[in-house]
Amino acid sequence: MSLAGTPHVEEHRDDFGARLGMWLFLLTEMLLFSGLFLGYSYMRARYPFEFHHAGSEMNAVLGVTNTLVLLTSSLTMVLAIVAIQRGEKRRAMLGVGGTILLGAVFLVNKAFEWTAEIHHGNYPGSAHLATLPPGEQVFFGLYYTMTGLHGLHVLVGISVLSVMLEMVRRGRINADRFVTLENGGLYWHLVDVVWIFLLPLFYLAA
Amino acid sequence: MNEHLSETLSGHSAATPSGHASPGYRTFVVVWAVLVALTGLLVLVSRSGQSAAVWGLLLITPVKAALVFYFFMHLRYEGLLLKAVVGVALVTLLIFFSLLFSDVAFH
Repeated sequence: MSLAGTPHVEEHRDDFGARLGMWLFLLTEMLLFSGLFLGYSYMRARYPFEFHHAGSEMNAVLGVTNTLVLLTSSLTMVLAIVAIQRGEKRRAMLGVGGTILLGAVFLVNKAFEWTAEIHHGNYPGSAHLATLPPGEQVFFGLYYTMTGLHGLHVLVGISVLSVMLEMVRRGRINADRFVTLENGGLYWHLVDVVWIFLLPLFYLAA
Repeated sequence: MNEHLSETLSGHSAATPSGHASPGYRTFVVVWAVLVALTGLLVLVSRSGQSAAVWGLLLITPVKAALVFYFFMHLRYEGLLLKAVVGVALVTLLIFFSLLFSDVAFH
């Protein structure tokens, strides 16, 4: 209805629906990674000694460091959501900015790790890898596929959160309207959960 | 559907505009500290031997993931419907893994 020339705009808003939709998307992501985890489990059962030997060559210090980096980035992300709920814009921006920074640190560490592995000749299609037993070749194939796909998700997460940081700065995400940031956070936390499983598979239990 | 049932399913308690209660900073810092401690425990257990490492993977890692799901991803503050959706997916995955491991064990 319009009164005195002011149009009445009725907005449809369903924050729960938005979160439910995001969760459904995240479940498809979980299925995607679970397929790879199933593949890893089968191959590990088939080549236990080769997986153990190849895994012992992984840099566990870098793996654990990256775990701490991602866990802390999850903390800064969830604190940013608490801050925006309370209308503390500056703290929310610090939280999202910190998450992006820690995500970048994770990728830099990952780049160092991959560079070292490639330098040792442990990469798909290399002459050195071809001389190793089939089980070790499978291990490194899974290592690059799973950590690579995860790294891609970190990159997407950083991009999405960068947009959200700008939305918080402009006030488009605020104390009354923050489900977008919640959904960005959900994505980031799932990326963290995937890494929680990757750490023992490639760096500790192998 | 009456209003009460709708709130139960969706978790809408009107505590925040987004629909779920807003816990304080402290809760999440404590959860983070527990996650870091569990990571340390996992590293220690993994150094005790191959079978200990596998048990660490099977027991400690799911606890860490559950903490992230329950607190950081706000499942604790969600309603029955969302919890059920996630629960069904996780149980399905558990069935897939159980079938794989039983097949590998008795092959």
